[in-house]
Formats: sequence, structure tokens, C-alpha cells
Amino acid sequence: MSELLLDLHNVTKLYPGVKALDNVDFALKRGEIHCLVGENGSGKSTMIKIISGVVAPEPGARLQMDGQTLTGGRARNMVDMGVRVIYQDLALFPNLSVQENIAFGLYGDTRGSLVNWRAVKKRAREAMSLIGLELDLSRSVASLSIAEQQQVEIARAIMGELKLLILDEPTASLTRAEVDRLFEVIQTLKARDIATLFVSHKLNEIFEIAERVTVFRDGRNLGAFDPASLDQNELVYLMTGQRVTTEPPKAVNEDAGVLLEVSNLSKARNYRDVSFTLRQGEILGIIGRLGSGRSELALSLFGMNPADEGTVQLDGQSLTLTTNAQATQAGIAYVPENRLTQGLVMPQSILANLTVTVLNTLMGRSGLLSANKRKQLAQDWVSRLAIKIPNLAAAVQTLSGGNQQKVVLSKWLATNPKVLILDEPTVGIDVYAKNSVHALVKQLAEDGMGIIMISDEVSEVLSNCHRVLVMDRGHILDEIIPGPDAENDLLTRFNLA
Amino acid sequence: MPNAKSSNPLTRLFRYNQTYLLIILIVLVAVVSLINPRFFSGRNAMQILRSASFTGILSIGFLFVLIAGGLDISFTATATVAQYLMALLLANNPEIPIALAIILPMLIGTLLGSINALLIHGLNAPSIIIAIANLNIYYGLLQLFSGGQWIYSFPRWFNRLGRGYLFRFTDANGAPYGIAYITLMWLGVALVGFVILHYSKLGRRLYALGGKLEAARRAGLSIFRLRLFAYGFLGFCAGVAGLVQALDTQTVAPNALVGREFDVVAAVVLGGANIFGGTGTITGTLLGVALITVITNALTLLRVPAYWHQVFIGAVVLASISITSLRAKLAKRNERTIDVR
Amino acid sequence: MFANLRTRYQAWQNTNSDVAALPWLLAAVLIIMIALTRGSFLGTSNILNLLSQMPELGLLSLAMMVAMITAGIDLAIISSANLSAVVMALVLTQLMPAEASSATVWSFVVLAIVIGLLTSAFLGAINGYLIGYVEVPAVLATLGTMILYEGVTLAITRGFVISGLPDQFLLLGNARILGIPIQMLIFAVVAIILSLLLQKRPYGVHLYFVGSNPTATAFSGVNVRRVLLRTYITSGLLSGIAAIVMLARFNSANARQGSSLLLLTVLICMLGGTDPYGGFGRVSGLVLALVILQMVTSGLNLLGVNSFAAVALWGAMLVGVIVYKFVQRRRWEQQGKQQLS
Repeated sequence: MSELLLDLHNVTKLYPGVKALDNVDFALKRGEIHCLVGENGSGKSTMIKIISGVVAPEPGARLQMDGQTLTGGRARNMVDMGVRVIYQDLALFPNLSVQENIAFGLYGDTRGSLVNWRAVKKRAREAMSLIGLELDLSRSVASLSIAEQQQVEIARAIMGELKLLILDEPTASLTRAEVDRLFEVIQTLKARDIATLFVSHKLNEIFEIAERVTVFRDGRNLGAFDPASLDQNELVYLMTGQRVTTEPPKAVNEDAGVLLEVSNLSKARNYRDVSFTLRQGEILGIIGRLGSGRSELALSLFGMNPADEGTVQLDGQSLTLTTNAQATQAGIAYVPENRLTQGLVMPQSILANLTVTVLNTLMGRSGLLSANKRKQLAQDWVSRLAIKIPNLAAAVQTLSGGNQQKVVLSKWLATNPKVLILDEPTVGIDVYAKNSVHALVKQLAEDGMGIIMISDEVSEVLSNCHRVLVMDRGHILDEIIPGPDAENDLLTRFNLA
Repeated sequence: MPNAKSSNPLTRLFRYNQTYLLIILIVLVAVVSLINPRFFSGRNAMQILRSASFTGILSIGFLFVLIAGGLDISFTATATVAQYLMALLLANNPEIPIALAIILPMLIGTLLGSINALLIHGLNAPSIIIAIANLNIYYGLLQLFSGGQWIYSFPRWFNRLGRGYLFRFTDANGAPYGIAYITLMWLGVALVGFVILHYSKLGRRLYALGGKLEAARRAGLSIFRLRLFAYGFLGFCAGVAGLVQALDTQTVAPNALVGREFDVVAAVVLGGANIFGGTGTITGTLLGVALITVITNALTLLRVPAYWHQVFIGAVVLASISITSLRAKLAKRNERTIDVR
Repeated sequence: MFANLRTRYQAWQNTNSDVAALPWLLAAVLIIMIALTRGSFLGTSNILNLLSQMPELGLLSLAMMVAMITAGIDLAIISSANLSAVVMALVLTQLMPAEASSATVWSFVVLAIVIGLLTSAFLGAINGYLIGYVEVPAVLATLGTMILYEGVTLAITRGFVISGLPDQFLLLGNARILGIPIQMLIFAVVAIILSLLLQKRPYGVHLYFVGSNPTATAFSGVNVRRVLLRTYITSGLLSGIAAIVMLARFNSANARQGSSLLLLTVLICMLGGTDPYGGFGRVSGLVLALVILQMVTSGLNLLGVNSFAAVALWGAMLVGVIVYKFVQRRRWEQQGKQQLS
């Protein structure tokens, strides 16, 4: 029996407009804990889809699993061979019970077409005890927490002949205790000779658990490394292809006044007693993991998630924030965390997306929209932010991630805001676009705008902000001033990396 | 599957939609019986069950499609085609085997339902638009070839099967009545539906598909085969319903069933099936059908003009859909919750 | 000069790939119809017929289109139109004194139109409220109101036809200005206004955005619910205008008038480039599709084709259009892939 569990050669995958994988080789050993890292768009998700058989590679690839040569392409095929994937957006059935979700693939081993409910219950209980999970079997999955749902998925995965478990960004929304629990489970699996492919961009976790690390960049495999031979900086360099040197933002003007003052803001089941100020020209970072309340807070400031209590003052004026139209009117703009679903209307034109926030100022004399004014405004922003576009009438979805993000920024900068809230402003865009977004943000601050930058990426907030608020479970825990010890501080005190 | 966190059987009971439906039904029957004592009789009950059979059978099929996350309202056209072709066959060859005459509409129904699935899945088109297209194709062709003719002439066995009943009871006036064969067909379909939904892998996979399409795809299920089954089963039910309606009225007309789809939608939605897919039960649906039928029956007994029935059905459909939608909306709002320390 | 036209046509074709085939289809249908009818297709009476029938279908199709652009559908357009028509007919036949002077009659005609339009706007608002604020899926909301409105109309008319409208009102469906039927002029004005509303007003931009992605639209500071409410009010109003034209042309109103038109409106929208999944669709494409279909209809009439055959044919055409769009999209995706390798 070969030492390799999975052995892939010459894997290429094309999507309309993108070459997601470019002639990649990739291998996994039996029972190893292997990390796959890479920036967004590096091809790692596509690789997972190919390994799990969800998509088929272009002809010419050679795929071997467990010594057998595969034709690839069908999920069933790979599932039969012992591959299971747990995606970030979990693949459970919310309307079904815990036991049914766990035993879904088998339905209690019953041959024929009927379900043996007793066997379902028994097998589900067995699977749960293997990973030490305790839950009411008949509870509906919709009522579980994310961490519990993840464990249910792992329990489901080990039901069959599991040989390889793939976890896609499994820790994004887990607390430290939950992460420890997950790592325990992974070690349990290893003891049973089950390999784990762990996809993550949290470098500290990689160093904590991985036996080998494979780095992907621009659809290519840069090789498998021993984590002991790498350090954090080296890994970042491998992933991004450049040494990151970011200029810290220029100090805030001494006589700059307070622009935004948030006092004792609370919202039930979102966040409690949040207070902070933002000065003119200041970049304030908010860091916290998914579910810390950071986005909920931002949405409250943008009027889309009205707070229950507390006040928000802008330039000394108290604001009523119950709709985002009010917030925009007052001078608060918000670049949402998800560009695809919230930031832009993808199938519509660049022109329309760029101007939608300010249509009322683009009217002609007849009470109709002025085509000239719209074009002029859009053209203006395209050149100011150096957005690469084919033409203004093209759909935004034809642009690259970085250029799309610039369109989102433009559409909000066009409203001439006093406060700009950026929620994960550089997710899924390449390093060059990332740098230019950061440079733009600093420039805007120098021109007097107040900026709130929300991120779960420590390096992003530390290198771009004047101050950083740490948020967890709806509270602001501390304020950190970026400096030599800040990174260590965040890691040791708040486990943020 | 019940979401049973609590062990107290009474509180558990009240988590079911069906419990409320049953209470409403009982109250309604009590009120109507007080107003009109003739309503509360075994004979009327059997009569109601008989007349509800057509809607009831279609409701089972429609439930399947809703659970799988689909929508199809062309089932009355399917039922019409199925029953008309059967009637044509019977009128021209009264000697054909009974089994053939009974199976034929079911086969035709299943075939037409499967064609729906094929179009909806294969062309990735909104199911309502496919349904509108098919509704008109079937109806147009049928009218074209039938010339709008009604068919009355059926063999004797057809008449006996339609009028027949099981268990002989006698009412106060000494007239006999019982459970109609037609009603038994409904209960048979319901039983088959129950077994499929609750005890077969196929049925559980329909729930899974309607619960989360992407998860079903990732679990390696064949979405197409599941849809084919759900729509095919609705077609099958439409075939049975077509047969039952022909047995009940002993006439077949190419336009008799137009508009009857609304009772079905009303009953299934009222029975607690989620319009967004993934939930719904046979018992709920049976109660929904019972409720709709009792109310229409009561309206007739109380001499409310027939025109108001449709107003009523429309209001019921809207009210029950609105409640489900509001619930979904609230659930979505509560999704964004954080365990604030 | 010719080369210039050619490049301009190619540019138009590139930006309007959804309707690029329509002018050719129009020409082809015209030639085929002329050939089949041996020229009588171009006779004055046929052209006039065409022009007087087109507006009502056109107005109803516009009503369907605005709903479809929001990724919805308005199944209630016909029943809204019928209810508004009945209300107008009641004002003109019941409220108006029998021996009224010409001035009085005219003022009642105006009153009837105002009340009719208010009614249709209100009926649309109910749809818009359910879809925008209660978040009921458009298919089910408008299916429910379709039954409800038809039921209300039946209850008001008790199933009878209302006719005997004053001549002054009938002018709206029978008179001509400069030889052009007056309803054609109404349609032209409405189509131009709607086109401006969609292409040149902020509301129009919002409408297309809501259809493509309501979440991102809401994040852009647009009140999505209000856009939906306004859209279904617009849809209702367009049905109301169609009701005026139909009432005047037929001199009668009833609950089930024109129920076969629903399919045609969907067909015209889809053929005219409106995407049933939302975000795309324009008045110009719709008008082209309308002319094509109306020509086919009147051609089939001239040829004496059975009306049920026509119904089946429309259904088949709808499936055909869906297949065509599907193939087109597939080809586009293939091309996107080939450019890379």
C-alpha cells in the first residue's frame, strides 16, 4: 500500500473568465494533518471541490485516491471513497433532526428503500460518542449553535469509511474554547488514521496543528513545507508573492475635533454598552471574530439595525438612525462585508452601481435623470480610483475582485461622507488591490474623513489604523494602540491572529 | 421531525401545527352543528369525506412538491387530460379490463408530471411559468381534440365503483350510507404518502432537498431524480384524482376541473406545509383538507351564495401564506443573535 | 453611410443580445403571414383589427413586465382588470341617472375612470404590501389575490355580465383619431411614460436593482419594500388602464373575461427579453414581441385556426422561448470558457 492517500497530477480548472487552477500537482499522506493555505482566489477552494468530486477538472488530469485511479467529477464517487468536506457554510439540513443529519448518508444501514429509525438513532449515537459530542438526538439542527452544527457535520462525516476529512475555514466563527475542542477532535481522527486537510488563513492555527503546509498562489502549487521550517513572515511572502511593507497612517492632526461620538449603545442579542469616539482624520480599527457583534454594531451606525439604547452624535448633533437613508443623509457611509451579496448588484452595469447612491443629485431640468451627469460622475470616480473597466455599461460582475471593491468604495465616496465604515474591505482581493485600497483609505483620512475599519485580520488593522478596539461577544474589551507589542498582545490576551 | 426539547407531552403537543388545526376544526364543527343540527350526522360526515376526496388526493401530491421546494399548479390540467383519455377509452371500448381503465389515468398523470419536472429542472425556468405553459398546452389540445364534448356513457362497473361504499350504516330515516370507495382511494393515497414521507429514504431526501438545496447537492443526491419523483408523484395523484372525480360525478368534461387548484393550495398551506420547502406533514394536510371542506360545506348549509366561497378560499390562502411568510421573516431576524456576555 | 449603419447595428446587437433576434423574427412573421393569407393580411380591416386588439394585451403585458423585472410575477393582473372594469361598469350603469344630459354623462365617464383606476391601484397595493412588507413570495401572493379578486367580482356580479354602457364611454374603445384607434394612442402614451419611468427616473434604476439583488439594493440606501409596493401599484394601474380599454371595446364586464390572456402576457414578456429571474426587461423589447404575437394571432384568425389550437400553440411557444433562452445562455457560458484556453 502506497504511503500516499491522495495523489493528483496536472489538474487544471477553467471558469468563465478565470483560470482557477493551472496544471497543479497535489498529494496527501495517510492520516496526516495537512494545511492548505493561500489568498482568496489562489485556487484552494477549487482544489477542494475537485478532491471532493463536486467539480470535474479539465481533461488531462490524473487523479489517484487510495491507490485507485479516478475519473473524477461526481461527488458520490468521492464520497464512496471516503472523502468528506465540511464547508464554512455548513451543509446540514436545518429542518431535520440531529440524528437524521448524522445518519443521512446511510439511514441506519438499511438495505432497500425504507428507513430503519432505530438503526439511525443507534448509529448517530455511536458517531457522536466517537468524537465526544453530546446533544439531544431529536433536536432540530436549526436550533444548534454554529460550533455544535460543525461537530454534527464531523459526526456525519465519520459515519462512513472516512479516510480524508476536509475542513474549509473551520475556525472562522469559533471561540478559542471551541477551536481547542475542534483540534482535539482532529487528533482523535488522526489516531484512527484519518487524514485531515485543513484550509485556513489563520497562521497561528496552522503552526499549532499542521504536520505539513501546502501553499497555493494564483492557481499554482508552490510546494509542501514543514511548518517548523517556516516562520510567519515567510509564509505570508509565499502566499502573497511580495514582502509587505505598509506605511503606518500619518498621525491625526492635534486640533482635529471629535467627529463621531457613540455613547452606551446597546442592542439586545447583538452588543451591549458600546462607547467610543472617532476624530476627524482618524482611522479606528475594530477587530473581533465572526459573531463578536462587530458587523451588527456597524449596521446600527448605518441605520440598518437600529439600536435599542444609547446615542450617536455626529459633529455634535444627535442622530436618529432607523434607516440607512437617514445615515447616508447625515454623512455616514458603509462598505459592507460581502461584496457579492451586499456591496454590489452584480448583473447590473458599472454606471448604475456607481451612481445608485446619488441619483437624486443627477437629475436634469426635465425631472428625468441626466445621462451626461451620470456618465461624468462615474467616469470621474473610475479615473480617480484607477478602476480598470471595459466600459461603463458592462456588468460589474465582469470586473476583478479588486476593481469591484473600488466600485463599492466609489459609490459610497460619491455621497461625500464624513464617516466611512469599512467592513472587511479587502476580503477576496489580490495584494496589489489590497495595497491600493489601504493607501486610498489613508489618503481619505488625511483629507479629514473619519474612518472605521472592521476586520478579523490582525495585520490589516494594526498596520492601517490609529487605534484598534477589540470586540468579543458584544462587548468592547479593550483599546490597543498599534506598536511593536500589539500583535503579540492581541494573540496572547484575545487569541486573535 | 418533531423538535422535542421538552418531555412534557402536553407542551410537546402544542408545538405541532396540527394540534391547533384540530382544535379549530372541532370548534368549527361544534358551532356549525349548533346552528344547523343536520350538519352533525354520520351521513353528512361521509358525504363530506366523499366530496373532499378529489381535493384531498391532489393535496397529497401537491404536498410532495412543496416539501421538495417546488411549485406546480398545472395539476388540474393533468387530472383533466388523464380522466378524459380514460373516459374516451371507456366510452369507445366498454369491454376493456377494469384494471387497465383504472391504471391508465395514473400512468398518464405520472407521465405529464414527469414532463413538468423535466422542463423545470432541465431548462432552469421558474416553475410557475412552466406550469402556465403546460396548463395551456394540455388544456388547449384537449379542447381541440374533444371539441368540448362531455362524456357520460360508462360501463356498469364504473357506476358501481363510483356509488359504492363499505360498512353499511343506516341513518335516522332508515336510508343506508357508508364509507365510499372514493374516500378509501383518498385514504389509500394518503397512507402511501405517509409511508413514503416518513419511512422511506426517498421521502426523507425530499425533506432534505427542500430544507437546503445546496446541502442536498453536496451530499451527492441526484436533485433531478428527486424532483422527477416529486412532480411525477403529483402527476400520479392528479391521475387518481381525475379518476375519482369521474367516479364521483359519472361525467367527464374537458373544463370541469379548471379553478379547483385553489382549494388544494389553500388546504396544503393551511395544513402547515412551508411554502419555502422542507416541512409539511400528511396529517396536517388531511386536517387542512378537512377544514376547507367543512367550511365550504358549512357555507352551503348556511345558505351563503356560492360566489362567496371563492372569496373565502382566496382569503384563507392569503392569510395562511402571510402567516408562514411572517414566521420565516421573524426567524430570519432572530438569526443574527449573539450570546452577549 | 452603410458601413456606419452596420457598425451601429452591431453595437445595438451587442448591448441588446436578449432582443437582437426580434426584428428578424418580426420580418419573418410578416412575410409568412402575408404569404399564407395571400396578401389579405395587409388589408385595411385586418390592420385596423390588429391595432384595436393590441393595446389591451400590450397594457396587460406591461403590467406583467414590471412585476417580472423585480423577479416577481403578477398573476392577478387579469382579475384586477376585471374587478376594476366591473366597478367602472357599475358606476356607469347603476349610479348614473337614466336620462342624464350629455354633460352629466361625460362627468360620470370621468368619475368612472377615476374610480376604476383607484380600484386597480388599490388592488395592486394589496399585492405590493403582501410581497414587499409581509414578504410573501410573489407567485403565491398574487395567486391568492387572483382567486380573491375574481371571487369578489363574482360576488358583486353574481356571475352575470354587466353591459349597456353609455356611448360616450364606448368611444374609448371604438373611436379613431387620424385613422388610428384611440386605444392605440392610449397604449402608446402609456408605453412612453413607462419607458421614461424605467429608464430615466431613479425609481427605474431601483426597480432593476431590486430584481437583481434586493439585499445589495437595500444596502445601497434604497427602500426595497417601497419599491416593491410602487411596482405592484404600477402593475395594478396598468391593469386598470387595460380594463378601461377592454370595457369600452366589448361594452361588457364580467368576472372571467380574458382569463386566457395571462399566458400571452408571460409569453410576450419572455419573448421581449424580460428575465423572469429579475433585473432585465424593457418596454421596447416588449413592444416588438407584442407586435409579433399580435400578428401571429390575427394571422391565425384569418386562416381560421381553431382557438384551442391557438392556446396550445401559445403554450408551446412559451416553452420554445424558454428553450431558446436556455441554449443562448449555455452558448454564452461556453464562449466565456473558450476565451481562456
